[in-house]
Amino acid sequence: MERLKPILTRIAQAIPVVVGVVVISFVLTRALPGDPAVFFAGAAADAASIEQVRSELGLDQPLPVQFLYYVQDLASGDLGNSVSTGQPVATDLARRLPASLELTLAALLLSCSIAVPLGVLAATRPGSWVDHVCRVLVTTGVSMPTFFTGILLIYVFYYLLGWAPSPLGRLDFMYIEPDRVTGFFLIDAALVGDWETWLAALKQLALPAITLALFTMAPIARMTRAAMLAALSSDFIRTARAAGLTRRKILYGYALRNALLPVVTTLGMVFSFTLGANVLVEKVFAWPGIGSYAVEALVASDYAAVQGFVLAMALLFVALNLVIDIAYAAIDPRIGFESQ
Amino acid sequence: MLTIKDLNVAFRTRRGIVDAVKGISLELGTGETLGIVGESGSGKSVTSYALMRILDAGGTIKAADVTYSGIDLAKATERQMGDIRGREISMIFQNPRAALNPIRKVGHQIEDVLRRHNRATRSDAKAKAIEAMEAVKIRDAASRYEAYPFELSGGMCQRIVIAIALACDPRLLIADEPTTGLDITTQKAVMDLVAELIRDRGMSAIVITHDLGLAAQYCDRIAVMKDGVIVETGPSAEVFGAPKHAYTQRLVDATPRLGATTRSLLPAEARTPEPLHRPSDTPLLEVKSLVKTFAGKSGPVQAVKGISFMVREGETVGLVGESGCGKSTTSSMVVRLMDPTSGQILFAGEDLAKAPAAGFAKDPRRSKIQMVFQDATDSLNPRHTAARAIEEPLRQMTRDGGKARRERVRDLAHLVGLPQHLLDRFPHQLSGGQKARVGIARAIAVDPRFLILDEPTAALDVSIQAVVLNLLVDLRSRLNMSYLFVSHDLNVVRLLCDHVVVMQNGAIVESGPVATVMDAPTNPYTASLIDAAPQPPVRQLAA
Repeated sequence: MERLKPILTRIAQAIPVVVGVVVISFVLTRALPGDPAVFFAGAAADAASIEQVRSELGLDQPLPVQFLYYVQDLASGDLGNSVSTGQPVATDLARRLPASLELTLAALLLSCSIAVPLGVLAATRPGSWVDHVCRVLVTTGVSMPTFFTGILLIYVFYYLLGWAPSPLGRLDFMYIEPDRVTGFFLIDAALVGDWETWLAALKQLALPAITLALFTMAPIARMTRAAMLAALSSDFIRTARAAGLTRRKILYGYALRNALLPVVTTLGMVFSFTLGANVLVEKVFAWPGIGSYAVEALVASDYAAVQGFVLAMALLFVALNLVIDIAYAAIDPRIGFESQ
Repeated sequence: MLTIKDLNVAFRTRRGIVDAVKGISLELGTGETLGIVGESGSGKSVTSYALMRILDAGGTIKAADVTYSGIDLAKATERQMGDIRGREISMIFQNPRAALNPIRKVGHQIEDVLRRHNRATRSDAKAKAIEAMEAVKIRDAASRYEAYPFELSGGMCQRIVIAIALACDPRLLIADEPTTGLDITTQKAVMDLVAELIRDRGMSAIVITHDLGLAAQYCDRIAVMKDGVIVETGPSAEVFGAPKHAYTQRLVDATPRLGATTRSLLPAEARTPEPLHRPSDTPLLEVKSLVKTFAGKSGPVQAVKGISFMVREGETVGLVGESGCGKSTTSSMVVRLMDPTSGQILFAGEDLAKAPAAGFAKDPRRSKIQMVFQDATDSLNPRHTAARAIEEPLRQMTRDGGKARRERVRDLAHLVGLPQHLLDRFPHQLSGGQKARVGIARAIAVDPRFLILDEPTAALDVSIQAVVLNLLVDLRSRLNMSYLFVSHDLNVVRLLCDHVVVMQNGAIVESGPVATVMDAPTNPYTASLIDAAPQPPVRQLAA
């Protein structure tokens, strides 16, 4: 497999990035204002007990030594304990990260399944009413702030129509969380075949996912349209037309595959920015995600939690970029050959 | 076999409706090859797209009666056209690399056509695709089947395009500038192949080209187009040998050919006496064992392998060779945009190779060596006016004030024959020839003694090329400059150059006075280059 080699090279290139992320997440949290020892010791502590906490946490050591301890803990999967929840940060993240991921992925899946066909449709008829309707639709979506769309959807579908369940978290209190396998309720429920819970989880997920999807449709649809327009006007499409290939084959077999590259790039950007920015949606729908966790931790100067969050997000982005690069190599055979 | 009557094609543009083809009529018999020649914008390509009904969005066939073997192509449904395209009428295009889907294996692209026209089933498609590749003389077709277009050479890509076009045995082949963008020997190989296939299969063909030599060599009949109308048709020997229409005469005259002088390319009324051209014996530029090595994936690659040549004061030396021979690398090093690995570049006795390319922009000798680039459009900043483009080197390399610079820009525009009112225009508002003039004015702005001309007329129509070549000849005498003329067009090199240097694979295979090398080449490669160049038709002098 000669195609495998550039992928492996790319994975190897990610290693220094991960090292950099570990260093930065460490330095960043040390640079936060406030003395963690004071917080950990509690309000009633005197100078002596603060000092004791400080040495327990290893904070009286010089920074390089602290860093070594940090790396040592990281290697054993220990991210420290959160002050506000009292739980190990690793446990908190393991519970909350899948919640955010499930929401974001569902939203992007929905967004893509609408935006990509919309973009293709607009590109095949540029300047027509279809094109204009698409433009108005996606512009409206991106123009409304997510918290507003979210509240609007709750008002219409929960309050007025009563179709949606109460917007309180990932699952109605009447249901029991499915056994943890992936942390994605939809997948976990499907794995054990508990379709009732699955449906309930889907109902809870629907409104926040739609809210996010509406917001992310615009860049994907616009990029699909632009990339399709460029692909459709290129020389090889003319060759395909002159050879009598069917419209379907030309549109999907030739143009769309070539147009996918910029779309995938946009998708990666949208994904990372959605994952970081969906804290508003999580707040509106009381979604126990990682965004709201991070904001709470920051407000409480909960440094282990913040550090864990920064690290988790950074690693996620590294993984995401890796996936995008691999998707690139899968789509375009030229990639991996051009680099020296 | 094919009859076109009164074909009209219009395009809807932002500035209203533009008629691209204005009522042309043509006939093509079975087994006949028709050449449509004309300069850019004459509507020759649009005619062929209209035939195939593959006009871009915005283009419409207004009135037409196009009959192909009894079928009215102008009125056929899209479904019928889909069956006709590729099976009855096929097309090959210019720029073959772009004409293929970049991310699909070439074999699969051939299969797509075969499957579309039910010439193959899933099980035998691969075998038939390989067969189609062998038919266009691709060696080792089975392994090339798996290749992507970027892994193949330009000539090989064009063979694939031809294979796609001929896979379903069409009866009419339309070739739209089939050799543009290919090297001269590849050009000949591709055209010979096309001619052979057409003959063997008894097909009819329409060859659309701007190259009169090519048309004369491969076509039975010629139609000359200008501004959307056909001005003259007839057997090729007649059209080119004794052109009747004034435009055809101009076109034939403007094509560089054996025995022509630069002035004779111009229309008769513009032929002023040619300036005296007397190169001196003093060497201006001496290149000595110049080497450039690039770091490649599999070890170092020697792009230029120790070449030596000399340009005397006032002399023009032609640097000739096919793509990848190292002529661009050589010119980049001489103009000091690139550092040589070793060797000397002596300019008026001083070794320029010692001054690093990175800092050469500030070197006082920078202004003495200037370059005119190949693509006049791409080498101008689209957001700078013509005046700004010409002024830029003056700002960088002289201490002139704003007023003096503006004065100088006006003088330069006058010198290169660019009307003053065009100075405020942006590149997209200028024609190809005008942009070429801006590029030349910019290069001579700082009084260089040496100009490197990198295919300065490659993108221009022949009539404009004639004007630009004459301008270069005039400027050479007037400003006493020396030229290094990089080109693949041997007929142009013969016109303009005193000496010629032929490069192949990074080495000089032959050099000497133009007449000697061109008429009696000693190296087989030089001979094959000269042989491959299509010989433009020579107009019989009317008594």
